[in-house]
Amino acid sequence: MKLTLRVWRQKNAAADGAMSTYEVDGISRDMSFLEMLDTLNEELIVKGEDPVAFDHDCREGICGACSLVINGDAHGPERTTTCQLHMRSFEDGDTIDIEPWRASAFPVVKDLVVDRSAFDRIIQSGGYISAPTGSAPEAHAAPVPKPDADSAFEHAECIGCGACVAACPNGSAMLFTSAKVNHLNVLPQGAPERETRVLDMVAQMDEEGFGGCTLTGECATACPKGIPLPSISAMNKEWLRATRKVGR
Amino acid sequence: MTRTLWDSTIGKKTVMAVSGLIMLLYLFAHMFANLKIFFGPEEINRYAHWLRTLGEPFLHYEWTLWLVRVVLVAAVVAHATSAYQLSRRDIRARPTSYVHKRRGATFATRTMRWGGVILGLFIVWHILDLTTGTVHPGGYEHLRPYQNVIDTFSTWYGNVIYLVAVTALGFHVRHGLWSAAQTLGVGTATRDRVLKPLATGLALVLTAGFVSVPVAVMTGLVS
Amino acid sequence: MNHSSAYADYTTGEPLADAKAPDGPIADRWDTRRFQAKLVNPANRRKHTVIVVGTGLAGGSAGATLAEQGYHVVQFCYQDSPRRAHSIAAQGGINAAKNYRNDGDSVHRLFYDTVKGGDFRARESNVHRLAQISVEIIDQCVAQGVPFAREYGGLLDTRSFGGVQVSRTFYARGQTGQQLLLGAYQALSRQIAAGNVEMHPRTEMLDLVVVDGRARGIVARDLITGRIDTYFADAVVLASGGYGNVFYLSTNAMNSNATAVWRAHRRGAYFANPCFTQIHPTCIPRTGDHQSKLTLMSESLRNDGRIWVPRAKGDDRPPNKIPEDERDYYLERIYPSFGNLVPRDIASRAAKNVCDEGRGVGPGGQGVYLDFADAIRRMGRKAVEEKYGNLFEMYERITAENPYEVPMRIYPAVHYTMGGLWVDYDLQTTVPGLFAVGEANFSDHGANRLGASALMQGLADGYFVLPSTINDYLARHPHQDEVSAEHPAVQEVVAETEDRLNLLLSVDGDRTPDSFHRELGEVMWEFCGMARTETGLRKALERIPQIREEFWRRIKVPGAGEEFNQSLEKANRVVDYLELAELMCLDALHRAESCGGHFREESQTPDGEAARVDEEFSYAAAWEFTTTGGAPVLHKEDLVFEYVHPTQRSYA
Repeated sequence: MKLTLRVWRQKNAAADGAMSTYEVDGISRDMSFLEMLDTLNEELIVKGEDPVAFDHDCREGICGACSLVINGDAHGPERTTTCQLHMRSFEDGDTIDIEPWRASAFPVVKDLVVDRSAFDRIIQSGGYISAPTGSAPEAHAAPVPKPDADSAFEHAECIGCGACVAACPNGSAMLFTSAKVNHLNVLPQGAPERETRVLDMVAQMDEEGFGGCTLTGECATACPKGIPLPSISAMNKEWLRATRKVGR
Repeated sequence: MTRTLWDSTIGKKTVMAVSGLIMLLYLFAHMFANLKIFFGPEEINRYAHWLRTLGEPFLHYEWTLWLVRVVLVAAVVAHATSAYQLSRRDIRARPTSYVHKRRGATFATRTMRWGGVILGLFIVWHILDLTTGTVHPGGYEHLRPYQNVIDTFSTWYGNVIYLVAVTALGFHVRHGLWSAAQTLGVGTATRDRVLKPLATGLALVLTAGFVSVPVAVMTGLVS
Repeated sequence: MNHSSAYADYTTGEPLADAKAPDGPIADRWDTRRFQAKLVNPANRRKHTVIVVGTGLAGGSAGATLAEQGYHVVQFCYQDSPRRAHSIAAQGGINAAKNYRNDGDSVHRLFYDTVKGGDFRARESNVHRLAQISVEIIDQCVAQGVPFAREYGGLLDTRSFGGVQVSRTFYARGQTGQQLLLGAYQALSRQIAAGNVEMHPRTEMLDLVVVDGRARGIVARDLITGRIDTYFADAVVLASGGYGNVFYLSTNAMNSNATAVWRAHRRGAYFANPCFTQIHPTCIPRTGDHQSKLTLMSESLRNDGRIWVPRAKGDDRPPNKIPEDERDYYLERIYPSFGNLVPRDIASRAAKNVCDEGRGVGPGGQGVYLDFADAIRRMGRKAVEEKYGNLFEMYERITAENPYEVPMRIYPAVHYTMGGLWVDYDLQTTVPGLFAVGEANFSDHGANRLGASALMQGLADGYFVLPSTINDYLARHPHQDEVSAEHPAVQEVVAETEDRLNLLLSVDGDRTPDSFHRELGEVMWEFCGMARTETGLRKALERIPQIREEFWRRIKVPGAGEEFNQSLEKANRVVDYLELAELMCLDALHRAESCGGHFREESQTPDGEAARVDEEFSYAAAWEFTTTGGAPVLHKEDLVFEYVHPTQRSYA
């Protein structure tokens, strides 16, 4: 396959960026999208040009590092992570636009690499259960009804890639935040911090400069792990409940 | 608690949801009252008078109406202020747009924002037209809504403004009602299957009810 | 720098003994050690700084726990967030001797299974401790909100895993590693918010600072600005994972690397059993030279799938056009009693053999069929879908082939490294003050790791072992002198690091870092992979220095050092792979026996199985670094088996 790539190039956070055009040839349909970019980068390095910087690590769809907007879609046309997208989803001769996640809370570091530390700070603000090592009771001391355990798991599947923010026209992090709130708040272990968790996490989310939710549903459509849109509603409910109860 | 509400995006959304629901309730009442126009001038004009005597003798003449007006103005102000602040925030949160544009991605958001602005402007005109009579075409007569409405819908622009606004209202209510349910934490995967058609259905009923009046005037059904 | 010289061989030094392991009945040793270990007064703990490199299961849990205890932790990861460490990709589960099934499991049985599974090349004391702690890990993780699979009664579900006869594996669908890691990450996040952990993401350790014989800090590069900084501490903990990426293609993450452990090795930490690597039999085969990494498919598929290749060489008919009598179900043929369920190492080697014979399938002939046609006929498609649906989906996403209709193609791939930095019972390396936890150390798995044991070891080390042993070191060195960046030892390390990076940038050759990495990987896979021979290993030992020499002549790294430069990161990692690879081959060459994942063709039973030589090789090989390409010194730590007596495995 022969492809034309239009890639966002930006030297560093302070520099201005622009789209640059590259031609790549000899692309196999079996390549992953990132392997296609590897091919481009190998050529660029030999030519002495700066290769395209992009985040990637596990390349099996679980670490959440990869983060490309491909033809306007976070992670590209398939519902998966960029690393699990294969070139067979494209046609010979296609022009492909590749851009970084766009959100003011995710500033560009270089080219297609963005700073997602805002997500870490949201977790730090309350996305945990305080259970210092050694303090745990016997695991079977508190049975968890299977539907609750399954619901917790479904939300815990979030890989923190940020596609929800990238896809949201408001750059909102509601889906990410709700995934963690719902994971922990449904469990009996999470009950003691149930109210403070949601209040603190939402406050931190706002503080980071993410937009609000207008329920366009773009986030849930882009989510490679299928975190459902009603998670947001569930978090709103938790938040209102906590506001009533704690009264702050 | 008030501070948490107002400082938080979810809190502001809650304000929007609650004020929106108040306005929606009012709109349904308003729409049903409008339909009285099909039963002749007597009926609707009497209704206009009743509105002002409602609550008597406990409340003074027009006090109930003013009470409703105050609540409505508060709702409009709260709704619009939240919407403005949230929209500003949303736009700031996504300062750079994608070079590669997708179609339809922001349809709901756009219709909400522009629809809101249209509705805001419409309300001003609507009040100046049919409540104060300031910009009313022809002679405005206090407490004679039947005649006033016919005056308005006998002008081309009266019809255009009204139809555009009511269409915007339909879209606004369709997404807004469902959205309010999500904000208030009512939405779940199962309920969404009911909530979405319900919101669409109510929006349609509301739009149809409002649209029927100018259409009736235009077609001569009401004259 | 002389990069071209080949190993002259090696010399044998003093034997090594684990001075920290207590005596007495094995079940009491951990208690004994914990009691003997000196403690640090809680009020004094915050005066101690501990550096932790890596945020996977071992590093994340260690950092969180040390901070909870009151130490000041400074932690590093190369990823943009501590949540992305490669532990996240572990699928299957985590073992624990809970005996919730009442099926005869016990701490002793888990201990026994692990020692035997490791083919009698692990320390009994360490493994027993691991089995004891396994129980506490589950409690800890449940308390953190890890959403393990549960039954309808609300209690934890377990499943069976390869090589054992009890059901002791706890799991969270196919994402157990992810869930456990997020638990540790969240505990760590809580400590970061509390100010007890100073977290440095996107910061890569490039060298170890050793002052007066003790580990006192690290040199690290900020991957965004390219700035090189030194960080000082009273102790350094390496939790930087395994070195499987020496092979280029592996199931490791793209950026998993050996730099932290290798640089520590160069500064005096012995490297133990580097040749013990695990090759997993069921991975999705490579599709061409563009392949950048390999993806594992759960081993459970072998329960119902049948493995075969065509009888004839070069038979390139589509699989469903090959009639039954022209297929070779080779595992069923060679191992009639275990069939397709032979252990990982045996299944891997058998696949390699048939492919070497030219009977491999798929692009490049590097694959064998894993066929579900019989299973679908027997159980019905629906039942197969229920059992393996998500795996079939994942396979189809990657290969675009529908495994319900055409057989899957699988091939073995490098998956885990049992070898690592030599540590004593306290998890301390031979450099005082330098500790290694998780896959970075060599401690618990011997020559082969059992399924679902990696997660157990990482968390045991991080949550429970290290936080109970590091205090002994810190208590014995309560008042260490301040180290400043001006200290000559520090300046030397920094200068060496900067020189190395500058050299990489200045060669300005014509080959990319990846091209060298790939070339090295091919040599390692060919000669130090699933089956090893003296001739092959000698060939590799000849080739590696040549590649290294060519590397330093022809490497091309664009850009500058003081910026975000992924090529520079990569090139610097390849430098270390090129040295570590040589030690792996040498270790494999010197260990003229087969054991676990290390199969020497010269050492096999008459029916082709691995033959251990206990009289000669019942030891852990701890290597001491001398110079690049120079002969390392071998220190042997004899392994004594008092509770589990070595036997030969048989699966025919």
